[in-house]
Amino acid sequence: MSDLLAATTLWNREVVRFLRQPARVLGAVGMPLLFWALIGSGLSSTFRLPGGPEDLDYLEYFFPGTIVMLILFAAIFSTFSVIDDRNEGFLQGVLVAPVRRSALVAGKVLGGATLAWVQGMLFLVLAPVAGIHLSLRSGLQVAGVVALMAVALTAFGFAFAWRMNSTQGFHAVMNLVLMPMWFLSGAIFPLSGAPGWLGWAMRLNPLTYGMAALRRVMYGDLSLSEQSLPPLGLSLTVMVIWAAVALAVDVWLVRRGGSP
Amino acid sequence: MSGSSGQSAVSARELKFSYGQRLALDGISFEVRVGEIYGFLGPNGGGKSTLFSILATLLRPDQGQVSVLGLDIVEEAALVRHQLGVVFQSPSVDEHLTVEENLVHQGHLYGLRGVDLKSRIKVLLERFSIDDRRDDRIRTLSGGLRRRVEIAKALLHQPRLLLLDEPSTGLDPGARRDVWKALEELRSSHEVTVMLTTHFMEEGDRCDRLALVDRGRLVAQGSPESLKGEIGGEVVLITTDDPEALCVEMRQRLDLDAAVQGSRVRLETERAHSFIAQLVETFADRIDALSLAKPTLEDVFLHRTGRGLGEEE
Repeated sequence: MSDLLAATTLWNREVVRFLRQPARVLGAVGMPLLFWALIGSGLSSTFRLPGGPEDLDYLEYFFPGTIVMLILFAAIFSTFSVIDDRNEGFLQGVLVAPVRRSALVAGKVLGGATLAWVQGMLFLVLAPVAGIHLSLRSGLQVAGVVALMAVALTAFGFAFAWRMNSTQGFHAVMNLVLMPMWFLSGAIFPLSGAPGWLGWAMRLNPLTYGMAALRRVMYGDLSLSEQSLPPLGLSLTVMVIWAAVALAVDVWLVRRGGSP
Repeated sequence: MSGSSGQSAVSARELKFSYGQRLALDGISFEVRVGEIYGFLGPNGGGKSTLFSILATLLRPDQGQVSVLGLDIVEEAALVRHQLGVVFQSPSVDEHLTVEENLVHQGHLYGLRGVDLKSRIKVLLERFSIDDRRDDRIRTLSGGLRRRVEIAKALLHQPRLLLLDEPSTGLDPGARRDVWKALEELRSSHEVTVMLTTHFMEEGDRCDRLALVDRGRLVAQGSPESLKGEIGGEVVLITTDDPEALCVEMRQRLDLDAAVQGSRVRLETERAHSFIAQLVETFADRIDALSLAKPTLEDVFLHRTGRGLGEEE
C-alpha cells in the first residue's frame, strides 16, 4: 500500500514537472510534427510500398513511424530526467526513504511512459489528415499498443541512464542505440524493401515488432497487405517480453548499486 | 565506551570503506547518545562524506558494523530508513515544485497521507517560518530558505535520528543562525538525536560532542571543552618576514617551544600573557603582528594531525 503511494507520488511529480517546463512541451509536440510534414511531403510522390495499395502515399506510410519516433523521443527525455534527478539531488532523497526499489522504478518509468502516451494520442488526432481513418475499436487498440511501446522504451532508456551522471553521456546511447533502432524498425522504410543483412537487423530489432503491431491495429489487421510485416500476436508478445525484461533490469540495477 | 547501550542512538565499530584502491575510512568507531548533537569535524576529503553516506544507508561499509537505535544499518536498512531524517549538502528538493508540493511528495514517500500529512506540514511550515512561502516554487527561494525547507522535509515523518551533511555550507551568517536555532530547538523539545558533518570549527563548537576526522580515522573524540582543554593555556601567533629564523631564535634565546605554521610562528603555552611583553621587546623589529587567543578546535586538530582544517588532501 505504501509502495503504491510512493510510486503514485513519483509518477505524479514526473507529469507536473513536465507541464511546468514549456520548452519541453513545445519540443515534444513540435519536432515530430515538423518531421512528419516535411519528410512525409517531400517523399510523398516518389514512394511506393512494395505490394501495397496504390493510394498509400509516404505521408500515410510515415505517420505511424512518426508516432513511434514521438514515443521514442518522449522516452529519451524522460530518461534525461533520471540523470537530472541524480544531479539536482532529488534522487538521493528518494533513495534514503523507506521506498521499495521496484516502486521507484515503477513511478519513474510509468511517469515517463504516461507523458509519451499522451503525446502519441495527441498526435493521433492528425490521422485523418494522413488518410488514416480509425474506428473506435482500432483507436482503442492503437492506444493500447502505444502504451505498451511507451513502457518498453522508457524502461529501456532508464537502464542506460541509471548509472550516468551527465546527459552528454546519454547522447551517445541515443545516437548509437536508440535512433538506429528507430531507423530499422520499419518506421521510414518497409522490411520488404530491405536487402538481406538489413532485413535481419530489422528482424532482430524489438522495435520492429512495436512498429508492426501499430500498423496492424491501425488498419484493422487486414487492408495493409505487406506480407513481410510480422503478425500481430508475435509482435505483441515481443513487446510484452521486451517491456518486462527492461523493467526487471531497471529494478536489478537500482537495487544493486549504492549511488555514486 | 559502550556499556550503556540503552542510551546509545548510534554505535559504530571498526568501519572500513574504500573506493577501489583509495581507502576512505580506516577503522572508525564511535558511540552517539540519544538526544545529543554529535558532529564530525574535519577537512574535506577526510572521510566525512563517506561516513555520512554509510549512515544514510546509501553505501555499505566494506567492514565493521553500525547500529541505529538498535537496528543493523545493512541488514535492517528498510527499518533504519523509517527512523532517519536526512539533510543533504546539495538540495534534495525539486525546484520546479512548490514548498508544499515538495513536502506532500516527501510525506507520500514515507507512507503519510491525508489529514495527518496536512497537519504535519502545517506545523513544520509554521515552526520554520516558511508558511508564507508554501505556494512558491523552490527555485524562487533563497539558499537559507531552501535549507529550512530541507530540514522541514527531513523532519516530516518524525525521525528519531537527523543526519545533516555540512548544514552551513553555502549559507550566509543569518541563515546559519537560523539552521542552528532550529537544531537547538530540536534538541530541547524532542527526543531527536542529531548528527552532522562540518569543516567549520564554529559549528563543531556548538555540538555536544564531536569527533575529529582525518584521513579516514577519528583522531579525537569528546566535548568541545574537553578537546580544547587538552591543549591547555593559550595560543600565540606571530606574523613575521622570516618565520623559520624567528622560530629558531625564540627557541634558543627564550627557551620557548615555538613552531612554524604557514607564514607565522605559533606558540602553545599556559603562561603566554606573562611573557608577551618580553617577546615583543626582544624581537621588536622582527614582529609585524602578534595575536593571543584561547585554543580553538582548529588548534586541537592541528595539534593532533599537524595540519589545519582548511588544508585539503
